[in-house]
Amino acid sequence: MKNLEFRTAASARGGMVVMAGVPGVAAGTRVSLIDHAGRRRNGLVIRTSDAAVMVEVFEGTDGLDLERTWVRFLDEPYSLPVSRDLLGRVFNGVGQPRDGRPPIVSGQRRDINGAALNPTARAYPREFIQTGLSALDGMNSLTRGQKLPIFSGGGLPHNRVAAQIVRQARLLGEAASEFVVVFAAFGVSSQDARFFQDSFEESGALERLVMFLNLADEPVIERLLTPRAALTAAEYLAFELDYHVLVVMTDMTAYAEALREVAVLRGDVPARKGYPGYLYSDLAEIYERAGRIRDRRGSITLIPVLSMPSDDITHPIPDLTGYITEGQIVLSRELHAQGIYPPVAVLPSLSRLMKDGIGGDFTREDHPHVASQLFASYAKALEVRGLAAIIGAEDLGEGDRRYLEFAEAFERRFVGQGEDEERDVYASLDLAWELLSMLPVETLTRLGEEELAKYHRLKQP
Amino acid sequence: MGSILEINGPLVRLQLPSVVLGEQVSVGAMGLVGEVIARNGDTALAQLYEDSTGLAPGEAAVGLGHPLSVELGPGLLGGIFDGVQRPLEAVRLATGDRIARGVQIPALARDRRWSFSPAPDRLAEMVLNGGDVLGSVQETASIAHRILVPPDVSGELLELAPAGDYDIDATIARIRMRDGSIRKLSLSHRWPVRQPRPFRRRDHAVQPLITGQRILDTFYPLLKGGKAAIPGPFGAGKTMLQHQIARWCNAEIVIYVGCGERGNELTDILESLPKLTDPRTGRPLMERTLLIANTSNMPVVAREASVYVGITIAEYFRDQGYDVVMVADSTSRWAEALREVAGRLGQMPVEEGYPAYLGSRLAAFYERAGRVEALSGEHGSVTLIGAVSPPGGDFSEPVTSHTKEIIQTFWALSKELADARHYPAIDWLESFSGYVGQAAQWWAANVDPGWAGARARALELLSESEELRRIVNLVGVDALSSGQRWSLEAAELIKEALLQQSATDEVDSYASPEKQYRLLAGLLEIHRQGIKLVDLGVPARRLLELPVMYEARRWKTRYGDDNLAALRERIAGLAQDFMKLEAEYAPTLATGEPAQGGAS
Ligand SMILES: Nc1ncnc2c1ncn2[C@@H]1O[C@H](COP(=O)(O)OP(=O)(O)O)[C@@H](O)[C@H]1O
Ligand SMILES: [Mg+2]
Repeated sequence: MKNLEFRTAASARGGMVVMAGVPGVAAGTRVSLIDHAGRRRNGLVIRTSDAAVMVEVFEGTDGLDLERTWVRFLDEPYSLPVSRDLLGRVFNGVGQPRDGRPPIVSGQRRDINGAALNPTARAYPREFIQTGLSALDGMNSLTRGQKLPIFSGGGLPHNRVAAQIVRQARLLGEAASEFVVVFAAFGVSSQDARFFQDSFEESGALERLVMFLNLADEPVIERLLTPRAALTAAEYLAFELDYHVLVVMTDMTAYAEALREVAVLRGDVPARKGYPGYLYSDLAEIYERAGRIRDRRGSITLIPVLSMPSDDITHPIPDLTGYITEGQIVLSRELHAQGIYPPVAVLPSLSRLMKDGIGGDFTREDHPHVASQLFASYAKALEVRGLAAIIGAEDLGEGDRRYLEFAEAFERRFVGQGEDEERDVYASLDLAWELLSMLPVETLTRLGEEELAKYHRLKQP
Repeated sequence: MGSILEINGPLVRLQLPSVVLGEQVSVGAMGLVGEVIARNGDTALAQLYEDSTGLAPGEAAVGLGHPLSVELGPGLLGGIFDGVQRPLEAVRLATGDRIARGVQIPALARDRRWSFSPAPDRLAEMVLNGGDVLGSVQETASIAHRILVPPDVSGELLELAPAGDYDIDATIARIRMRDGSIRKLSLSHRWPVRQPRPFRRRDHAVQPLITGQRILDTFYPLLKGGKAAIPGPFGAGKTMLQHQIARWCNAEIVIYVGCGERGNELTDILESLPKLTDPRTGRPLMERTLLIANTSNMPVVAREASVYVGITIAEYFRDQGYDVVMVADSTSRWAEALREVAGRLGQMPVEEGYPAYLGSRLAAFYERAGRVEALSGEHGSVTLIGAVSPPGGDFSEPVTSHTKEIIQTFWALSKELADARHYPAIDWLESFSGYVGQAAQWWAANVDPGWAGARARALELLSESEELRRIVNLVGVDALSSGQRWSLEAAELIKEALLQQSATDEVDSYASPEKQYRLLAGLLEIHRQGIKLVDLGVPARRLLELPVMYEARRWKTRYGDDNLAALRERIAGLAQDFMKLEAEYAPTLATGEPAQGGAS
């Protein structure tokens, strides 16, 4: 069927072309359409019978003259040619070169949809990745093979935070450049894309970088393929070439909106806010491609960035993401307004894999308790701050005033740090002890008695 | 033999005249399996358990003659199966790290032989009925797998195999059915998953399920055979709580259904359970556990089936006389799968896209929990614990609200508590249990007669503190009397020293009923001692400075279950901690005046 072209499109509407008189076309077949102007469009068979084949056209059906449209069914699924030469290259959203260099030549192609990992083949992620950011390393740490998104909002410095993580990420005892980076941008401005490119370039990492870019003014539907193409490259690099791959994807909100657009065209029943009920499974197909595999050396660590519409964490996109990913790093507009960078709101942030990747075997034996104490003390401090806002700080007792000072110092000195400042995890932990020492020692009940004896600076400031 | 007419995602329309609703079909060259969900004349609509990419109209389709069913017999325990009971370990060995489509591997290993001992009192010519025990296989060191006559078989026993080693397909008994036909029975049989397995009668649930988690066992108990839900937004701790239950609960068999959740969470269980020992049997916990995995990236149609596969296996062990716990993480993903199927069938959505029968499906599913007298006369139970993942954490959404009507124990997780790292983040005001009365009898008989009173007192303090906190937030702490201030602190103490329990703490991850009660009693005793002093005019501020207020927060991690005598002793000596203050304020015998001006 591959070499046959058909001109039997019977109707076109809302991004769908229906072909008549082409029996035996398989579901999920890739389609190439050449319109009357000779331009090529891409599509996918989403419904098929001998009588009618429904094709979803990624570039849309606007301006299609059915009489003069030639349709060809390609016998393989959407796939990406893979080889070591992926490194250092820039592709568009569907994996075609956009750096002016020739396409990847390789005998190997991989279906960009991937296939579900057998849960028995996974290896649980345990190795601590040091990002050099105290808010992450100390309290929401990342492990190799984890999927940990950044929840952000318009105007917040998520790009800078993501770029800093990419620059600084390293395993303890390793050089920072152990990683290769796969970067996928969809629906972002060329300025944002440029920012990342420059930032990678600065760290000299271009030859360790693969980029997939679908910018804001490029076909929306291609966005559905971009993260998949990027993860296909990542899987190849990680599980066939043994690289540790850090995948940064931005902006998942643009992806989900593209999915909604297609769902509306298809007439799918909407669940919440117009998003289709299968948004969850669709996002999971993407996010679950991160991880580690037994007896393989490489890994995929995934950092999706998404902007929360109206800063609303209960919006379906962050909500469903949070249900799938292994935690989330939440950026706060309030901290940002106070000039604190990175503006990580530590309480709603979470790393689910932290508990298995820290402590004596990985970082330092006091780490789990220090983190737990920081959370408890800061939560309490915020409560006091709330109270102070009502009754006035003057009316607080001596103990409570210490909590206010602690909150201040914690935000400015622990969460806040320079964009070029790389703190190792021990420095973060030592800083934590210094700050915790501002509080009465008896209140630090999450810390072990031996740890207190060893690390607490009993002299109160 | 029929053929494919149309393919639309996981739905295929087939030219296949003789199939019935619910029947399994195999389609295409890949042999993808699915089930018939609608019929119309000679055509049938089927949904496939696997992705249909590559399937073409005109390819063959056959009806398999049976509904979705599971294989029940020795070899289930310790295993991990997908949503339609394919053995994932064997699938991996056959097809590699990624799940290939169209793999057909039977659930139970064919090459393994089991040592079968016939039941001594089974004699030829005896009439046997469905559910009767034919004999047993020692499947693990602690679980004797009873080989049952399938529920739909009864008749005269013609022959029962002698003790010996048999594989899963070997005939171990022959039975002449009422209609004269002969049925050969083997160590395993199949049962359709959407049909509850029959039993003689329902029993009253009486025994609490002990999980070792204080907020569950002490405050919102569940009984063996009961039904519970764990609703909560993402990150609130549903999965951790279910893992804790799977680890520590005092059931004999645990079935963990990972329904539409993360792959790594199953890996976590697979890596950790074999290393943990069951304190009751001394055996690795994995031996009593069975996993069903349809992770979020696996096909949605099989997700809908996975909870039925799990509950049917649970009923099968119940019928052998075991107490089984099934945890399902998450029932919301199952409901969403149901919604997708309904949407494709064009059924009218009622709320948030869900079909009108969501509530009745949920109820029918939970109805399969319970403690029963099995057909064999044994008593067994299925306890069902479902996580619920409400969108946006909104408990008024359809799945949460329907589930709340059905279950008896509701463990409501709160984002506020989780954000403050108060774990388990169970909201003590919003949670409830309908089993407190029965649980109280057990606690009174087995731990301490004071249990019900102490529990009620602690809950009272907690709800009172909520009210006091509101006042403080309005006008500051100075508006409270010393007594109120003390109650507020006592509630704080209960939250931190009792309710909070870290799953990752070596000592406190599991707390025995005895430890749970001792801690509760000890903390209430602190409160009581304090009240005495407040009545003497001691300002609450002074009480808060007592070292015991901080020390008590460490009791849970300091006193393990092997060291409860020391905890009892510590609590018995509590009066000492208050003595100095008491002496300071107590009226002296001579004057009846406070020894010191107890200025506040
Ligand atoms: N009982 C607990 N003890 C310690 N930590 C917990 C507990 N419950 C939850 N957590 C923490 O919260 C995180 C999220 O819990 P999880 O059960 O995965 O949430 P959910 O399933 O509701 O999304 C865990 O990774 C762990 O860090
Ligand atoms: Mg969970």
